[in-house]
Amino acid sequence: MMINNFFILLRQELVITAIIFILLFIKLGKDKSNESLLHIINVLLFVNLLIGFFPMLEGGLFNSMFATNKLVVLEKNILNFAFWIISLQSYAWLKTHKHVIEFYILLLSSLLGMFFLLSSDHLLMFYVGLEMSTIPLAAAANFDLTKRQSSEAALKLIISSAFSSSLLLLGISFLYGTTGTLILSDIGSHLSYNPLQIFAFILFISGFAFKISAVPFHLWTADVYEGAPIAVTAFLSVLSKSAVLFAFISILYKAFASLSSMWYLVLIVLSMATILIGNLFALRQENMKRFLAFSSIAQVGFILIGISGGSHQGSSSLIYFILIYVFSNLAAFGVLSLVSALTGKESIQDFKGFYKNNPTLSWVLTIALFSLAGVPPTAGFFGKLFLLMAGAAKGNYWIIAIAALNMVISFYYYLRVVKAIFMDENDQPIEKLSIPIYPKIAMFICIAGIILTGFLTVVYDYINSLSISL
Amino acid sequence: MNLSLLILLPIITAMAILFSNGLKQIRVIGLLGSIAQLGLASWLLKLYLNERAIGNTATYLFESNYPWFSALHINYHIGIDGISLAMILLTSLIVVAGILVSWTMDKLSKEYFFLLVLLSMGAYGFFISLDLFTLFFFLEVAVIPKFLLIGIWGSGNKQNSAMKLALMLMAGSALVFVGLMGIYYNTHTFDIVQITQIGISAGVQQFFFPFAFIGFGIFAALFPFHTWVPDGHASAPTAASMFLAGISMKLGGYGCLRIASLMPDAAHHYAWIIILLATIAIIYGAFATMMQTDLKYINAYSSISHCGFVILGIGMMNKTSINGAVIQMVSHGLMTALFFAAIGMIYSRTHTRMIAQLGGLLKAMPFISTVFVIAGLCSLGLPGFSGFVAEMTVFMGSWQNPNGVYRLATIISGASIVVTAVYILRATGKTIMGPISNEHALLGDATWNEKLAAVLLIAGIVIIGIAPFLLNALIGPGTDNIMLQVGKAITLK
Repeated sequence: MMINNFFILLRQELVITAIIFILLFIKLGKDKSNESLLHIINVLLFVNLLIGFFPMLEGGLFNSMFATNKLVVLEKNILNFAFWIISLQSYAWLKTHKHVIEFYILLLSSLLGMFFLLSSDHLLMFYVGLEMSTIPLAAAANFDLTKRQSSEAALKLIISSAFSSSLLLLGISFLYGTTGTLILSDIGSHLSYNPLQIFAFILFISGFAFKISAVPFHLWTADVYEGAPIAVTAFLSVLSKSAVLFAFISILYKAFASLSSMWYLVLIVLSMATILIGNLFALRQENMKRFLAFSSIAQVGFILIGISGGSHQGSSSLIYFILIYVFSNLAAFGVLSLVSALTGKESIQDFKGFYKNNPTLSWVLTIALFSLAGVPPTAGFFGKLFLLMAGAAKGNYWIIAIAALNMVISFYYYLRVVKAIFMDENDQPIEKLSIPIYPKIAMFICIAGIILTGFLTVVYDYINSLSISL
Repeated sequence: MNLSLLILLPIITAMAILFSNGLKQIRVIGLLGSIAQLGLASWLLKLYLNERAIGNTATYLFESNYPWFSALHINYHIGIDGISLAMILLTSLIVVAGILVSWTMDKLSKEYFFLLVLLSMGAYGFFISLDLFTLFFFLEVAVIPKFLLIGIWGSGNKQNSAMKLALMLMAGSALVFVGLMGIYYNTHTFDIVQITQIGISAGVQQFFFPFAFIGFGIFAALFPFHTWVPDGHASAPTAASMFLAGISMKLGGYGCLRIASLMPDAAHHYAWIIILLATIAIIYGAFATMMQTDLKYINAYSSISHCGFVILGIGMMNKTSINGAVIQMVSHGLMTALFFAAIGMIYSRTHTRMIAQLGGLLKAMPFISTVFVIAGLCSLGLPGFSGFVAEMTVFMGSWQNPNGVYRLATIISGASIVVTAVYILRATGKTIMGPISNEHALLGDATWNEKLAAVLLIAGIVIIGIAPFLLNALIGPGTDNIMLQVGKAITLK
């Protein structure tokens, strides 16, 4: 029975481990062409995604260090899905890359770390998962082997994540010292407004703020995003961020529920600063990757508002938003990675007159940007509004007004790109690009997701039925 | 009848446009789609009148209500009263006319017609919504097509105008959103019908009314948030100008009206500010128009002035004035669309819109010139056209308000008609009378599609002008219901 449980509960983690081993064996064998390798890998990842959708048990393992339930499985499925999409999109880039297998092994280990992070019910497991998900990324950020910027990005990533982990670790040790337990579901009952606990909480939240790049802990983001290869940037800005946010909300709502009146204030301040600074910096970016980096900082600000609502609605709107964010951000990154792989161009200027030769890619990018901006009928509209609605439940309407007006600022920089694509003149626009089949599939799925998620209410209802409350 | 057809039809048309090729196919599909819309709207009118004739006194007819996000109490609740039906008829008429005047649009025609149809979808959805969230959704749906239409197909400083318009309208919807949040968290519903029953306390109303009203006001060119209007209208391609002035600004007016009826206390409380701003808009718009030399700018600035009457009528809060506001919305929609169509026809032939470079067009293009004059005369309020009826009704309503200051505002607003007469007569006189330049003398007159578009719009203007009681009877029950809400608010005090 124990063995059965082990295989069923750890199913998703085991599949990923298996894929990693398969890749290692392939590496040991004789060289295969990149193309056939990528076919195999993409099929494996698709199988991995499908396995997550089979019904499964809820329960814990290893003295409840590891716990899983329907919500966690849903979150893992979202991550699996995002990873599959990124893999499909990087086809054009990886086709000519020398180290395809290593690339996948690194990112899969990171994904595995995220799974343990999401399933953790114990702060040690939580910490191990978090580290396991970040450290491989530093190596992956260095994967544009010929670019100096890429190794700079890797170094920045490892240093800043080490720093934030040490903050987290210090916070965890203080928590352990004052509560005497590391089990997340027990911590809550031992918390009071004891100063040391508050200090521990502040360290804890700072560590998190680093990982999700909330202002004032955002400084590493733009450089790392710019230097890393686009596939890794997409991975960082979508998967890492989503995984940490999932973990963040469950810890906040489960373990720190008794401090809610305090973290409410912290979150409001963080979110206001994050939205404003993220927006102001995004206004002036010329490189598409940096632009998306700052826009994703601003998105995190909106997410924090939703979390600050501290309600069932807050957590369901977060998961809903992240699902939509996966679709929209990956659609945008898909176009970027294709353009970058085929032409090497990454600046907004290069996208001037893009519509002339590449109408399909232009529409994909435009729809993705509209969804990020929160314009109906795209799903981003619903995602963002539900976050704000969840925040407004607290009755702080001025905050909501500021956030809503910030949506207008963000609207400007998204429209700036749209303007470049459709309206600006360019003597030498990017020539017609042929889209390989894998990126095509990925873009199609993302666009379908962006358009349909808002109208298929089942999605929201399902998420809502699983969400946790304070 | 299921009102969702009004949304479904544009979607089907847009899809058909996506899968067709070449200007000839696309424009035929666009035209068929828009004629079907007009047919649907007219049929709806017939059904509506039938229902009323057999004594159905429900506030909203043809209601249907489906849960959308049930956990958040968001429903797709639709239904119409006379006011929304008038707006739907206006929209469908302008869509047909807009498609007709874009008959030769050969630059990216697929995208162009697609966006026009999408814009009309947003407008229909907005007018039939009885749920504030759905209403808000459709309000924003209509913003993006405007941005792209102006930015890609516009003229002059089109990119700046497009950006300005999009950002200001987005700011408007952000304010509306805050207002909606206030309503939602105090009544726990977005449903207009339920909110009316539950009622919102006076304090809450006073806090949130400005957000929502100014938000919609930005769409309706409320002073001092009118600055997107001149640039946006002037830079837009002809059909987009028609849609902007004829449909899109009406979203704002209609929204203001709904908000005022949902929060009547606050509407009374802030009435003096609304009336003040409306009066400024009317006078300022009129004088600013006098200074313009570009035909499109003339029409755009005069739109600010004319939309001021809508806001004035809403601010005065009595049956006659609100009737006037609605009639003015319809009338202004038709008239400005006609004006822009005429200007577009002139511009496509002479390639200039500057009054100084035009003259004597009556000789070369008698039909277009006549249309131009009719639009002008309607704009200055000549009896027999809709403009007269609308403005007269607003004045009569405003005058009913015994407050001396309000009467002063009415007098000042009334005086603007003189200014209107000056600029309209000057513009039309210089453009169509006098000597014609040699290069313009050989230009041809309107083609069949342009004639058809103009005739449709003129028909609307004249029908309202001659038989205003028809429109009055249509919107009467709607305004009665609004007055009922207002009355409740007053008696509570």
